[in-house]
Amino acid sequence: MGQIRLTDIDRAYGKLKILHGISLAIEDGEFVVLVGPSGCGKSTLLRLIAGLDQPTGGTIEIDGKDVTKVSAAQRGLAMVFQSYALYPHMTVRQNLAFGLENQRMAKEEIASRIAEAARMLEIEAYLDRRPGQLSGGQKQRVAIGRAVVRNPTAFLLDEPLSNLDAELRISTRAELAALHERLGTTMIYVTHDQIEAMTLADRIVVMRAGRIEQVGRPLDLYNSPANLFVAGFIGAPRMNLMDVKVTAAEPTSVTVEGPGFVATCPVDGSQLAAGDKATLGVRPHDIAVAADGGVEAKVTLIEALGPETVVHASLPDATKLVAVLAGQDVVASGGSLRLALDRGRMHLFDKDGARVPDAQEAR
Amino acid sequence: MSAVVSFLTRRRGGKGWHWTDVVTWVWLVGGLIVMFGPAIWLIASSFKTPAQLAEFPPTILPYVGQQATVEGYDKPLTLYTVKMPDGTSRILAEVRRVGIVSQMVDPDAPGEIVKINIADRTPVREVGLATENYVVPLEQNNFLLYLRNSVFVTFMATIITLLTNSMAAFALSKYRFPGRDAVMLLIVGTLMVPLSVVLVPLYSVVSAVGLYDSLWGIILPTVATPTGVFLLRQYMLTIPDELLDAARMDNASEWQIYWRIVLPLAAPALAVLAIFSVVWRWNDFLWPLVVLSRKELYTLQVGLNTYAGELNVQWHYILAMTVVTMIPVVLVFVFLQRFITSGIAGSGLK
Amino acid sequence: MVAPIGKALGAAVAAPVSWLASAVNPPLKAWQRATGTDGMAAFFLAPNMAIFAVFVLTPFVINFFYSATSGNAFFLGDRTFVGTEQYERLFDCASYLDPSTCREDLFWKAVQNTGLFVVLQVALMTVVSIVTALILNREIAARSFWRAVFFFPVLLSPVVVGLIWRWILQRQGLLNYMLYSVGLEPHDWLIERGSAFTAAVTVSVWAHMGFYTLILLAGLQAIPRDLYEAAEMDGTRPARVFWRITLPLLMPSLLVVVILTLIRAVQIFDEVYVLTGGGPGTSTLYLTQYIYEVGFASLLRNPGLAAAASILMGAVLVVLTLIQLQLGRRGEKKGARE
Repeated sequence: MGQIRLTDIDRAYGKLKILHGISLAIEDGEFVVLVGPSGCGKSTLLRLIAGLDQPTGGTIEIDGKDVTKVSAAQRGLAMVFQSYALYPHMTVRQNLAFGLENQRMAKEEIASRIAEAARMLEIEAYLDRRPGQLSGGQKQRVAIGRAVVRNPTAFLLDEPLSNLDAELRISTRAELAALHERLGTTMIYVTHDQIEAMTLADRIVVMRAGRIEQVGRPLDLYNSPANLFVAGFIGAPRMNLMDVKVTAAEPTSVTVEGPGFVATCPVDGSQLAAGDKATLGVRPHDIAVAADGGVEAKVTLIEALGPETVVHASLPDATKLVAVLAGQDVVASGGSLRLALDRGRMHLFDKDGARVPDAQEAR
Repeated sequence: MSAVVSFLTRRRGGKGWHWTDVVTWVWLVGGLIVMFGPAIWLIASSFKTPAQLAEFPPTILPYVGQQATVEGYDKPLTLYTVKMPDGTSRILAEVRRVGIVSQMVDPDAPGEIVKINIADRTPVREVGLATENYVVPLEQNNFLLYLRNSVFVTFMATIITLLTNSMAAFALSKYRFPGRDAVMLLIVGTLMVPLSVVLVPLYSVVSAVGLYDSLWGIILPTVATPTGVFLLRQYMLTIPDELLDAARMDNASEWQIYWRIVLPLAAPALAVLAIFSVVWRWNDFLWPLVVLSRKELYTLQVGLNTYAGELNVQWHYILAMTVVTMIPVVLVFVFLQRFITSGIAGSGLK
Repeated sequence: MVAPIGKALGAAVAAPVSWLASAVNPPLKAWQRATGTDGMAAFFLAPNMAIFAVFVLTPFVINFFYSATSGNAFFLGDRTFVGTEQYERLFDCASYLDPSTCREDLFWKAVQNTGLFVVLQVALMTVVSIVTALILNREIAARSFWRAVFFFPVLLSPVVVGLIWRWILQRQGLLNYMLYSVGLEPHDWLIERGSAFTAAVTVSVWAHMGFYTLILLAGLQAIPRDLYEAAEMDGTRPARVFWRITLPLLMPSLLVVVILTLIRAVQIFDEVYVLTGGGPGTSTLYLTQYIYEVGFASLLRNPGLAAAASILMGAVLVVLTLIQLQLGRRGEKKGARE
């Protein structure tokens, strides 16, 4: 079992408040990713769950038991650290055994668990080496192995891939997903990389400045970001956000005027009124070259990636716009072109940055 | 050989001899002589007999006089090379000396006594070691006891220093607790209170707790070294906190974290402190001088000083015992010198 | 042969030690559960701080009480309170420049001697260490060997240093022989006043210069090489390089060396005491020896007076140490800015 329930968690260092009333329920076997910019409190939250730090308010429950005051060792969790935190003076085998020995586990049991984890993670070849003799990727596997042998209620992973090079990061990411599939154990994963969050998570928790901004399945976050922050944080390249003015507002559709264009968005129960300021968001992938109509834009930079071309353009009032267009040699730099915004995939945010629910979400 | 010479005489940029090169080598070779010379002279002298020590001019190497058993005399007689009046030289054995006249015999023909002016004879000697300089004080003059006391004090003080200092350094580097900065300040402040400033009150404290005239009275006041706490704390600060967190997740108690994670990782700093501590405690002089009054508790340093301060200075024994006192630090110098120099260069401590 | 014995010995020591370490774990775990990390911090600090409190802090505090009492008893309760009398006695002087006019003439003699010793020793030490460090910093073969050469006497005990030099400087010693063999007049170095003082200064420089050389050498090696290369490209003359690049950049280390030498020189005792015993007469009597003799050794011992004198010396040391810490902090700030 591995249910974890956080209720109204606060953490303050003196006057500095790091976390503000975090509540979150994590189901058994779920892969939850805490994501957010650095300093948002995601690592602090993970350390509170681990028991390495104590909240100043709120409760933490594991499988229905209140563990807020229980020490890290007694919570039955295992953690993989950003720096791997392998004991440099012990061999890989001793690193894996250390935690089990502290539980006074029988020697044979320890040996068999290490053997099993080593086989699973393919680290058998260097069980008798010291961490200093391992490559980054190997250390990473050992760090995961140290968590696996503990057979924990849940795995806590603190930016475990951030010290790997790009290529290794992608392959290890896939292995982590496979490991979760295989073990079926709850995993809580902290990262600042939204791609890791998107690819690994059952559910993503987006945090900012000590608060949860949105919780949801990856595609829900992508398709329906709850606010401007989530909209800007999830998805690469970033969503284009343009200042617009509401020209007409009805309960089921809102018409806005932007720099050089007018667009009508289907909405559901909007509080907007004509004359309000708002923000219109369009993902770069939802922009195409318009045969006619569309927005007049001047191309400032072209990044040809092969299968697609990233076009940086500026609108008449100098608002910058990024579009990802399929194919090569779509436009020439310095020229101008007309861009069509996909009406069905526009995101409208009110002046406080909150999403105006669209028609599909109401369904 | 020529490779060695060209290596040793390598100069700035391979150009000709600059005057600074001359100064450099004069200084270095002079330094070699001035720094090691006295100790080597001490060692050479320590193997000389009292008679040889009194000689002026001194010889560099220790010699022992040759003796021979001559028929008709109970004791062995000392051999001399004698310049005979006729200009030849012979080897004779001295029977006795009266004033400036020496009565001598030929060892091969002991019947006839020859009278010789002592200016005309020189002892027959060969290089040899007067090892009794070492044996006698160790066996008869308590020096073996002093040696044992010194070893005991050095060993115990170092063990306790390592344990208490490392525990304190662990608390000061890895925990946040109220008053931590105050404790640190207190410890650093101690650096301003050297022994000579608190001599009188420390003596009374040590007497009050019943440690006067005991070896523990020398050990305990020295072990809470601020230098050691400081050195270890600086090193422990470089051990990542994540490692300790990992151990906590691994069910380790705080004591186990200290003993099984932090201590092994701080081994380089512990080694430096251990070397320092051994040298400090072995060389301590003023404090043992104050605390110890019974002769059988003297450490080598105090015993040696007392012995050297006696009216009838027996240099041959003193020199030998000085060498004995020097041996441990010479061993440290030969084998561990680079740890110390790197320790000093890294922390500026002594 | 040695290795297996060493290994067996190591195992024989390690086994009980590790048994002991794991035996104390359960009670400590209970303590940890009961008191949390603050309690554990207290536990780890306790042994060191207890020893510290008894043998450092207590003496430091009661030293002031000693200096305010009289009599030759060591137990504080047996001593009579006299206020500042001991200090007045120390400062009871017709002329401070002439120790013989003082009530405690020995104290002023010791102050005078220590003052002169400090000035001469610091000057000689600094010059000798800088020259040695500069030479060791050159591209010489076997540099670590030469560095070790100058470091050797640092490890020797003061008693050994004192005795070695007593042996060399005595009437029929090596130095006189060397002078004699080049036709110079031998001296009774430790019996003549001026030469005994010079010997004290020289021997203490001999014994400690390696330590300061090491600090200066570390300072020199921290100066970036490319500065010298830039100066060479500019055609700067070596003397100018020394005065305009080396010396200014070495200044932080140099200040540390000067202050440390000062602090140690003020407390000079061991090797000089063994070398000269403070003599001839009182010509090499320094403050620490005065404190030692007044407090313990002399027939008319007066712990209160010794305490008063030690507090005066302590005050000087505190000032010097504060200067050093201040310099250290400035150095740190500088480091942080870079």
